[in-house]
Amino acid sequence: MSRKTIALVIVLVVACVLPFVVSNYHTFQLTLVLVYAIALLGLNILTGYNGQISLGHGAFYALGAYCAAILMDKANAPYWATVPAAGGVCLVAGFLFGLPALRLEGLYLALATFALGVAMPQLLKYHALEKWTGGVQGIVINKPDAPFGIPLNADQWLYFFTLAIMLVMFFLAWNLLRGRIGRALVAIRDQHIAAEAMGIHNALYKSLAFGVSAMYTGVAGALGAIAVQFVAPDSFNIFLSIVFLVGIVIGGLASIPGALYGALFIQFVPNIADEISKAAPWAIFGVFMIVFVYLMPTGVAGAVRLITARRKP
Amino acid sequence: MLLELKGVHAGYGATRVLHGIDFAMGERSISALLGANGAGKTTTLRAICGMVRTQGEIRFGGEDIRHRKTEDIARLGIAHVPDGRGTFLHLTTEENLRLGAYARKDKPAVARDLERVYGYFPRLYERRRQQAGTLSGGEQQMLAVSRALMLAPKLMLLDEPSFGLAPLVVRELFGILRTINAEAGVGMLLVEQNAAMALELADQGCVIETGRVVLSGSAKDLKQDDAVRRSYLGY
Amino acid sequence: MDALLHQVLAGLATGGIYASLALALVMIYQATHLVNFAQGELAMFTTYIAWSLINAGMPYWAAFFLTVAIAFVLGVVIERVVIRPVERAPVLAVVVVFIALLLIFNSVTGWIYTYTIKQFPSPFPEQPILGRYLSSHEAGAIGVTLVVLALLYAFFRFTPLGLAMRAAAQNPESSRLVGIRVGWMLALGWGLAAAIGSVAGMMVAPIVYLDPNMMGGVLLYAFAAALVGGIDNPWGAVAGGFLVGVLENVLGAFVIGNELKLSVALVIIVGVLLVKPSGFFGRVQVTRV
Repeated sequence: MSRKTIALVIVLVVACVLPFVVSNYHTFQLTLVLVYAIALLGLNILTGYNGQISLGHGAFYALGAYCAAILMDKANAPYWATVPAAGGVCLVAGFLFGLPALRLEGLYLALATFALGVAMPQLLKYHALEKWTGGVQGIVINKPDAPFGIPLNADQWLYFFTLAIMLVMFFLAWNLLRGRIGRALVAIRDQHIAAEAMGIHNALYKSLAFGVSAMYTGVAGALGAIAVQFVAPDSFNIFLSIVFLVGIVIGGLASIPGALYGALFIQFVPNIADEISKAAPWAIFGVFMIVFVYLMPTGVAGAVRLITARRKP
Repeated sequence: MLLELKGVHAGYGATRVLHGIDFAMGERSISALLGANGAGKTTTLRAICGMVRTQGEIRFGGEDIRHRKTEDIARLGIAHVPDGRGTFLHLTTEENLRLGAYARKDKPAVARDLERVYGYFPRLYERRRQQAGTLSGGEQQMLAVSRALMLAPKLMLLDEPSFGLAPLVVRELFGILRTINAEAGVGMLLVEQNAAMALELADQGCVIETGRVVLSGSAKDLKQDDAVRRSYLGY
Repeated sequence: MDALLHQVLAGLATGGIYASLALALVMIYQATHLVNFAQGELAMFTTYIAWSLINAGMPYWAAFFLTVAIAFVLGVVIERVVIRPVERAPVLAVVVVFIALLLIFNSVTGWIYTYTIKQFPSPFPEQPILGRYLSSHEAGAIGVTLVVLALLYAFFRFTPLGLAMRAAAQNPESSRLVGIRVGWMLALGWGLAAAIGSVAGMMVAPIVYLDPNMMGGVLLYAFAAALVGGIDNPWGAVAGGFLVGVLENVLGAFVIGNELKLSVALVIIVGVLLVKPSGFFGRVQVTRV
């Protein structure tokens, strides 16, 4: 077995054991780490691998979250069905957004996605949609219990449910990205003129990248909503989108494990910052960000790669 | 010695281009650096200006300049006319020229040099308020040489000054270079693929092949050397 | 008709502020190809410094100019100390550093000065100019904006240092060959941008009241304005700023109402970009293959 596989197995074992040794609250936090990892993987597919900057992915997260909440609240749908539903809706929404976005490059695309991220909470509060969205107060949902009488409490069950989905989605992404499609995405990112000249249908791939990326983030949103048991417009403001971007850069662009490192950062560092300084926690968070970027300009994943490469004989 | 290179190695990242260049030229000399594409001629000039990582010794007027930054080397009096001319395309012709004199404090001398440059190249004076990017290839070359002159350099490095120019224009340009060398005593190091014209202008030269100096001597000797004649002069 | 005129003029006043900030953004962009997202928070922080000076008894204009000087120095220091180490890092990593600066300035200001809204004085006496159409502060803000823009234009066009800065932004390599210290030109650019930002902050604070989050919306509008004008075109940034200011005011007063006007303004701007992807006056990038 290669060293990589061994490391993977160890991580997996640890991940399965953790909910039984830590408190319910910590299990909840770990569930959120998994949720963010899925979201960050989504953003990474678009920005890291395909080079399209998005400052608005919080909007897709919100879309997925509200899908789940509305389906559970208004249509009494079972929680597990809302996840693929959210994914499907966001896949379409992302693809549709990606189409006009084709005309925009770099900063201009950043602004357009930023507009999306800013507009989303406003839209969710819009009084004409209040019947569905619950307006400013949002929607409350119930945490599901473990099915078939499995001896796990609700937090633990949700953790494993999320873990299973995360593993599936990570595997799918890994498969996608190491094959022809992944290479096409990277080719478009690095030399889009040459890519087009080689026969890669840029427009199709770029829009698909948007769609798939939104789908991942939407799935994460749905899972997140179920974990938090609550959706409200102000939890999905532009700050969320910015934090996602920070997450993939610090975790490592164009890297699948990077999504996990980034998720750990954005979930736990704010807590650490809060402990260091109650008065200006975001300043501490900012300092952490700068330190990480100075020490690891290619992200944690990049640093890990450097270290493991050097250790090879 | 105006310029001395001893055992200079240089490269880009992992690729080594120069494998130990030894070279020297005196004040007021015009030297030609000949060689085929990719031999390392441009890299040699860039090494002198601190634009690539180098090992070895580089001395200008006896002073070691290997660790200096490019802008400081320019301020010492080395004017580099780079590959591709390096024109400030969005600025006017005159702004380009004034930038050449940026580091100089003696305003009257700068004004005099500007006049002198316009005297050498009247077409630049006609186009002084035009955006430099709209000048023809030959005019941009003249502009590049003039900008270097505005530095009041002790040494000019010229990378392929004849590139893309009609033979008559090259003759005119080289004539002016000869005048400048004679009148202002500026040393010149010329990198050229057009070996015939370079050896007409220069008093000494050397041939570089795959990052090493393989032949050096006076221009007259080089012109008569069999290997040079066959490979670079075509007869 | 009256109300429309008033909104347009008020829009020009805020538009001037957006134009100044947009100009600061374009300046840094031209030199570095990066948008400094921390520009707004830096402006806000320096405005608080002005507030402290005025509160300590300093006369307005003395505090104003001292603040501009402090902002300049702060900008230079940030570039040399914080930005320089990541000069060669990937673009998005530098963006993260900008975001970090944004967070740090915002949080530290809130910590030092608390989040309670404060009044910021206007140096222009309380007299409505042009009848009821324009308050004296709004007219004064337009005036200050125009003076700043004129000074900047003169600096870049007519001084050797301004020429060197333009050269360093356009072609750093050639600039080094003529002896320009490109690193310091960059720092200078940051200093100037910070100084402009502080002026924008001090002009906007009397209108929206001083609060650590006051520049968030302004930065957004400035960013949008810079893009609409063409991110590499200073004139475009100025025109864009005025345009966005008027648009925001007219929309807010007649079409949407204040909560949604930010979103709608942005959506309209994005619409513009879809039609003109490089902005109105931007250089269409022709890349040679």
